[in-house]
Amino acid sequence: MSEAFNPRIVGFFCNWCTYLAADLAGTSRMKYAPNVRVVRTMCSGRVDPQLVVWAFRNGADGVLIGGCHPGDCHYQEGNYKTLRRMGLLRTMLAQLGIQPERLRLEWISASEGERLRDVMNEFSAQIRQLGPLETKSSVISSQSSVAQAAP
Amino acid sequence: MAKPKVAFYWCSSCGGCEEAVVDLAEGILQVVEAVDIVFWPVALDFKRRDVEAMPDGAIDVCFINGAIRMSEQEAMAKLLRRKSKLVIAYGSCAWMGGIPGLANLTSKKAIFDYVYHQAPTIGNGSAVEPLPRTEVPEGELELPEFSEKVRTLDQTIEVDYYLPGCPPTPKITLEAVEAILKGALPEKGSVLAGDRALCHECKANASKPEKLLIKEFKRIQEVIPDLSKCLLAQGLLCLGPVTRGGCEARCLKAGMPCTGCFGPLEKVHDYGAKALSALASIVDSRDEAELTRIFDAIPDPAGTFYRYSLPASLLGGKRSAEG
Repeated sequence: MSEAFNPRIVGFFCNWCTYLAADLAGTSRMKYAPNVRVVRTMCSGRVDPQLVVWAFRNGADGVLIGGCHPGDCHYQEGNYKTLRRMGLLRTMLAQLGIQPERLRLEWISASEGERLRDVMNEFSAQIRQLGPLETKSSVISSQSSVAQAAP
Repeated sequence: MAKPKVAFYWCSSCGGCEEAVVDLAEGILQVVEAVDIVFWPVALDFKRRDVEAMPDGAIDVCFINGAIRMSEQEAMAKLLRRKSKLVIAYGSCAWMGGIPGLANLTSKKAIFDYVYHQAPTIGNGSAVEPLPRTEVPEGELELPEFSEKVRTLDQTIEVDYYLPGCPPTPKITLEAVEAILKGALPEKGSVLAGDRALCHECKANASKPEKLLIKEFKRIQEVIPDLSKCLLAQGLLCLGPVTRGGCEARCLKAGMPCTGCFGPLEKVHDYGAKALSALASIVDSRDEAELTRIFDAIPDPAGTFYRYSLPASLLGGKRSAEG
């Protein structure tokens, strides 16, 4: 893989835990790979599989979802729903030619800044190794409104 | 007033949509009385040159069914678009790619390799493959070309309206024809069916528990379902909650769970991802290993959730190996 490849990763972080962990990592001046573009969601359960597919379609090489540890969900069971959805989604993505490792789900609590740093570094390295995804060429150019507006 | 001129055409599809028009039964007499059918290759003897001879815009409404795979289908779709004031994508294949669209899970090369070389019933000693052009002593022969991907009709030409279904039911077909005749069509680009989930039309909806949780997916051949109760609650993979209604829940009345042919509701952008989301989230487990075991009962999620909509989906099909 060429050294110039700099993975683009979309992170969907739960407002109550992983996003705060990122905040903590930041205020603690930790250094980590800058490849993840973070989107704050109110819960990992808000991450509709459509959003993941949309990210891959539009150039993401990896998607990282951060939620609260099991039992800690602010909304009681949002993270369990994410667990159920993302497992099956990985199987489906593999059928569509997207390696399942490109979609990662992690439970990171608000106090785990160091863990956040490690996951960011690890995942960036892993995606760098997998190489660019490049779905663009296989996406059918479309006049259909279904494919044009973001979910 | 002259009768509106109507055309029907058939691209990559099974013929069921043509059958659906015939299924209007005596309703077809009403239609024939009200309109002039100027092109319908499956039933009436018109040729392509008859369409070519018409002035542009001469056809008032053209119903095209089937996805687009062959160059000849694309050419006919473009010709009919030019000759028609309104083009209606008739059925799920024309709208979203349909069953033929599942071919996007593989490549043209893989299809040709299997069909012309590896299939056990094939004896193709000289390894011939169909070519768009072939020289023979008598001159050049031409065959339609097989494209890399299956496309929907609106990925090929501009489409005015969509009629969902595999095939569209007589009810929505007649309603669409009536709307056209009365000039009561909705906004361009509309899907001519309801915009409520199928569950609202299903008789068993009342029995659906407030909180639907299932421990196990069962396949239709493994159980005799109780038709008075929600099939999903019985563990049958029914896509009713995420599928557009309008079909009068015909499959469900016959004990067949919904497979999603009426496609997504208005606000959904990727039917497969949404259907997967809805189905996965009601599985009653919090344990990763157990979840994996439960989902093993869905051996082909892409084929299950994108059954009718792969070409219209966000990814369009399997990512090609070459990137």
